[in-house]
Formats: sequence, C-alpha cells, structure tokens
Amino acid sequence: MNAYTGTADEHLDHDHGDHHGPAPGYLRWVTTTNHKDIGTLYLWFSLLMFFIGGAMALIIRAELFQPGLQIVDPHFFNQMTTMHALVMIFGVVMPAFVGLANWMLPMMVGAPDMALPRMNNWSFWILPFAFALMLATLFMEGGGPAAGWTLYPPLSLQGGDSLPFVIFSIHMLGASSIMGAINIIATIMNLRAPGMTYMKMPLFVWTWFITAYLLIAVMPVLAGAVTMLLTDAFFGTSFFNAAGGGDPVMFQHIFWFFGHPEVYILILPAFGLVSEIIPTFSRKPLFGYTSMVYATSSIAFLSFIVWAHHMFTVGMPLVGELFFMFTTMLIAVPTGVKVFNWVSTMWRGAMTFETPMLFALGFVVMFTIGGFSGLMLAMTPIDFQYHDTYFVVAHFHYVLVPGAVFGIIAGVYYWLPKWTGHHYNETLGKWHFWLSTVFVNLLFFPMHFVGLAGMPRRIPDYAVQFADFNAIATLGAFGFGFAQILLLVAVVQSILGGAKATGQVWDGTEITGGLEWTLSSPPPYHSFSPQPVVK
Amino acid sequence: MKTPRARRNIFALFLIPALMFGFGYLMVPIYDIFCEITGLNGKTGRVELVEVKRMRPDESRLVTVEFMANLGRDAPIDFGPAQASMQVHPGKAYQTVYRARNTRAAALVSQAVPSVSPSRASTYFNKTECFCFTQQEFTAHESRDLPVRFVIHPDLPDDIDTVTLAYTFFEVAGGDPTPDLQHGGGHGAKQPKSHARLVQVNAGPARANH
Repeated sequence: MNAYTGTADEHLDHDHGDHHGPAPGYLRWVTTTNHKDIGTLYLWFSLLMFFIGGAMALIIRAELFQPGLQIVDPHFFNQMTTMHALVMIFGVVMPAFVGLANWMLPMMVGAPDMALPRMNNWSFWILPFAFALMLATLFMEGGGPAAGWTLYPPLSLQGGDSLPFVIFSIHMLGASSIMGAINIIATIMNLRAPGMTYMKMPLFVWTWFITAYLLIAVMPVLAGAVTMLLTDAFFGTSFFNAAGGGDPVMFQHIFWFFGHPEVYILILPAFGLVSEIIPTFSRKPLFGYTSMVYATSSIAFLSFIVWAHHMFTVGMPLVGELFFMFTTMLIAVPTGVKVFNWVSTMWRGAMTFETPMLFALGFVVMFTIGGFSGLMLAMTPIDFQYHDTYFVVAHFHYVLVPGAVFGIIAGVYYWLPKWTGHHYNETLGKWHFWLSTVFVNLLFFPMHFVGLAGMPRRIPDYAVQFADFNAIATLGAFGFGFAQILLLVAVVQSILGGAKATGQVWDGTEITGGLEWTLSSPPPYHSFSPQPVVK
Repeated sequence: MKTPRARRNIFALFLIPALMFGFGYLMVPIYDIFCEITGLNGKTGRVELVEVKRMRPDESRLVTVEFMANLGRDAPIDFGPAQASMQVHPGKAYQTVYRARNTRAAALVSQAVPSVSPSRASTYFNKTECFCFTQQEFTAHESRDLPVRFVIHPDLPDDIDTVTLAYTFFEVAGGDPTPDLQHGGGHGAKQPKSHARLVQVNAGPARANH
C-alpha cells in the first residue's frame, strides 16, 4: 500500500507563502501552530512529567523498602500515590501519545499540518498550567489530594483544600485532550492525501482515530463526575451524599464509565505503534491488517460495557456480576487477535533487533503478562480476593509500564532519526532496553506474589512477611527509574549530532511503505504541500 | 478546512463532548431508577394500605426483622429502636417505634435514610408509614417516638429468614423549617431522595472544620 508518486494536486491554500522555516526566537514555541513544533512540545512536556511522576514513585518505593514507617508520614505517602497516578496518566502517557500523533499523523496521511492548528497550540499550552495548578497543591497547607486518583467520595470530600484545585486542573486537562482529539479526527477525516482511503491508513493512524473518539466520548463524563464532587463539596448538592438522598457508589459507576475506556485510551495508540514497528524490523507487511482494524474497534466498543468490573465488591446483583465478568473476558478475544497478528508478522521475517524492535517485542511479551493477570481479575469470585491488593497494582503496571510506556519509547526510538536527521547511539539504546526490562520485572513481578498473599495497596506500612518481595521491588524501581536517564541522553545526543539518517531511515520501510518515509530526515518544516497522491 | 463538509464535521465533533457531559448527569436519574427496580442499595419499597389488605398473610412462616440505627456525621441526636428485633409473618402489617432525642439546645431538622439488607430482600420490604418519608423537626432537647409500619411481601424468597432494617439519621444543615413534601407527598410511591437531593444538607461541616 501507499505507493507514492511525486505528482501533486495544486489545490491547497498557501497562507504563509511556501517553504519557510520556524520563526526566530524563543517566543516561537509559545505562538507556534506547526504540528512538528507542537509535537515536540508535547513530547518534552511528557518526558519532564515522566521524571516528576517517577520521583513520586521512588518516594513510594523507598518508604516500602522496609516494613514500618521510615521516610515519609502516611498522609504524604497517600498524596504521593494519588499524584503519581494523576501525573503518569494525564501528564505522561496521554501527552506523549498526542505528541507522537501531532508529529506523525499529518506526515502519515499526507497532510500539510493538523486540521485546526491554532486550537492545537491552545490544547498544548493548557497542559503546563493545569499541572502547575495540580502540583502546587503539594506545597499548600493540608497538602495535595490524598484519596487516590479515583477521587472516591466521601473520602475525597473530606480532604484538605486541594480538592477544587485538582478538580479545576482535571477540567483543564479534559478540555485539552478533547481539543486534541477533535483535531486528530478532523485531520484524519478531512486532510488525507488523495487516494489514501480509510483502509489504506497506517495502523497508528487507525488506532489514534478510534482513541480520539473514545476521548471525546468519556472525558466529558469525567468532567461531569468531578463537577458533581465540586458542587457536593461547596454548593450543597448531594449527588454522593447519603444524607441528602445521594449515593457514594454512584460516583464509582460514573467514574468507571469514564475510567475503563480511559485505560484503552492509554493502550490503543501503543498497539498502533507496535503495529508500525514490528513489520519494519521483520521486513514483512503487517499480518492481518483488516482484522487489526476490526479488533481495535471491537475493543473500543467493549470498553463501554465493562466498567463495573472495577467494583465487583460494592454489592451488585448476581446478573450484573455475570454480565460484567463475561463482557470483560470477551475483550481477550480481539486482544488475542492482535497479539497473534504481531507474532504472525514476525513469522519467517528477516528480523533484526534494533532498539525500537526490542522495545516493541518487550511490549508484546510483557503486555500479554498484564493481559493475563487482567483475565484473572475479570473473574468475579477471584476478584473478591484480589480486589485492592498488590495483585491489581502488578496487573495495571504491567499493562501501563512495559505496555504503554514501552510502546511510547519504541515509537520515540523508531522516529527519532526522522525527527532529528541523526541516528541515535544504538549501543546506548540497547543498554536502555535491557536495563529497563530487567528492572521493570524486578519491580513489578514480586507484586503479584505479595498481592496474592494479601498485601493491600495504597498502604505505607505492611506485615513483615511481605518484606523480602518489597525490598526486591524497591531495588527494581530505583534501577528502572535511573535507567530512564539513558533515554534522555540518547534523545539529546541525537538532536546534537550523530550518523546522518536517510529519508527512509530503516531499510525495512522500503517494504512496509508509509508516506512519512518519503520525506527527508529531518522533514521540511511544512511537509506535503502540495499533497502527494497515493495509488 | 474551508469546505462546508469539514465545517459540519467539526461542529458535530464538538457536539459529542457536549452531549456526553449531559449524559454524565443523566446517569444520576438512570442510577436511581435502576436501584429502585432492583432494590439495590437497600432502597425499600413503599405500599399503600389498600394493597396490604389484599395480601394474604402467610401464617406458616416466621421471618426475623432486626432493627438498627446509625448516626450521620456530627448529628446531635440520640437515636435507636425500641426493640432490637421482631418475629413477623409475611403478608401481615406490623408496627414498631424508634426513639429519638435532640441532644442540642436548639431546634433540629433531620432526615432518616433507610437501608435493608440483604439487598435482595429490599424490594419485598414495604412500608406503609415511616418517619423517613418526611424530614423530622425537633425543638430543643425534644424526645419523640417515631413509628414505622411495615409489611413483608409474601413472595419474599424462601432462603431469607432474617431481614435487617437500618436507619441512618442525618442533620439537614440549614434545614427548611417546613418539610418540603408538598409535591413529593402527592404521589404516594415517592421516596424522599428525589426531592431531598438538591436540599441543602450536611455537606458543610467537613469544610468548616479547618
């Protein structure tokens, strides 16, 4: 697919004259409407938040190195678990995916830029302010939010004065991601190159297309839920207050109606990235392209009807428990289709193992481990034992860290030569991969065992029989955390210099195609005007 | 992006989040209806006296009804059942009382919220009269007996032999001195929650504490 010809239709507006570069001066980064600049801003922001959220994780793990209270007081520990989650979800994984989409989507569909460039600027620049608001609560009297990122009432309503700050920053983050998602859908629907039909789009474009729909459908529901919390706390409503006829359990239903599609928002673009990378380094086209598209769509649909599996223990009719159990287990089918397609793509391929491929393979193996523990949690009677234990922590960290985060890192290494024009240091990349993989398993695998043995999550102290596994996990955490500095080094080195990259960067892209590889590395500031024609 | 088709697309895309924000709020009434149908959360049924007369008492079966009392945060009330439990026949109406005393030297408006467990039994636990149907007003240090009349429906599943009725008493902060049940009281099968939802309630103290 994507046979590219240089001929072009001359039907685009050229608002700014033809091919000029970025505006001079630092103010460029504030006023830019260029998709590549905004993509860069998103990715740097995400990396900064990754180190902030990571530092919080290390505080948590340092406290859990030994039983007893050593380093932080329990209230601060709770603030750390809450903020670590909010930062990692809304500040790292989501902005990183939006950054990759900004950089790559227009180039992959043959568009000159995003469809709504000014709104694009706005949706990025909301983010630093939202996080300034949220992180500032840590320095206020009473501290930051400490009721967990899920903000369950009544506990979240009984905290300090941080609640309204957190709620407003969630509103801002929601507005930012809704605008980002609308921009992505508008770009895909309206700016594809002539001949680029939907079923010719690269899979990263497809998964983002579906993810963007999930975002505009569920982020407003979260906004509604936190607005109800706000009015309950300050305006005398009783949505979640039993005294006024409300019900705290209702919050959990509304929250997880957002929350479950949200976890697919955090993983579907990573599926897309892996589906780009594995064919390139296997030198074979993706196996089962059509089934990949349908599998992604089915996962997105199912994500709307499984939310109550997060709350099996609140008391539900048996029929409800069975319904949510079976629909949840059904998700394993399209996910299995994807995993088998990746494996089939590699089958008899001429594989090489550059850093992006290593991270993609790590993704396939370790995401699947997280998927299996998810299946265990899907079974209602078993979930009653595992609920709120470290087993759950192990499960969602396996799908999010060696899952989503490895997917992002794979994408960064894959496209870094395209962005900077220089290859990164391959030895350094391999070190980054192997250190990350060893330590991430040291970090999260023991959590399965302590979870099955009954260690509860979100607790700063624990019984002595869990001490050894927790000490191992803490060693893994520090190893994994410091290994990420290698990523920063590799990126900076590649920006400053290194072996020149050709336009196609990897030899496998000759087989897999893709419009982004027809451009030079780095690509011109305004690419694809006029648009290419796809045959 | 100048074509009319693109403009329509983008307008539709902005409409989706607007509608979904509304849907978030729509989940509140949907949840209430769902709970009323399934009896989830121990939301109890309410029946009219005429219907009770039509029920055939099942004299062969005895069910234990236990009474419990809880207090909402900082509610200045002494509150408890006059008797801890009763043996009842399904299909027959019974009466019991709860005793309540305002411990504060000021008037008090309060609301009791009922809950039945096991929740499977809650749709069969019907009240013909209950102090939880309305807000209760107390003068300073007033004590009063609060009656409940109830009947357990004869269709109660056979494996349930004990039903627990629990009330939680909450202070209605800045309460309306006259109960606002003019509309709610009209149609009989209404629970207090629907009109109490937007009444100013005890949400304040948590903020006032610091």
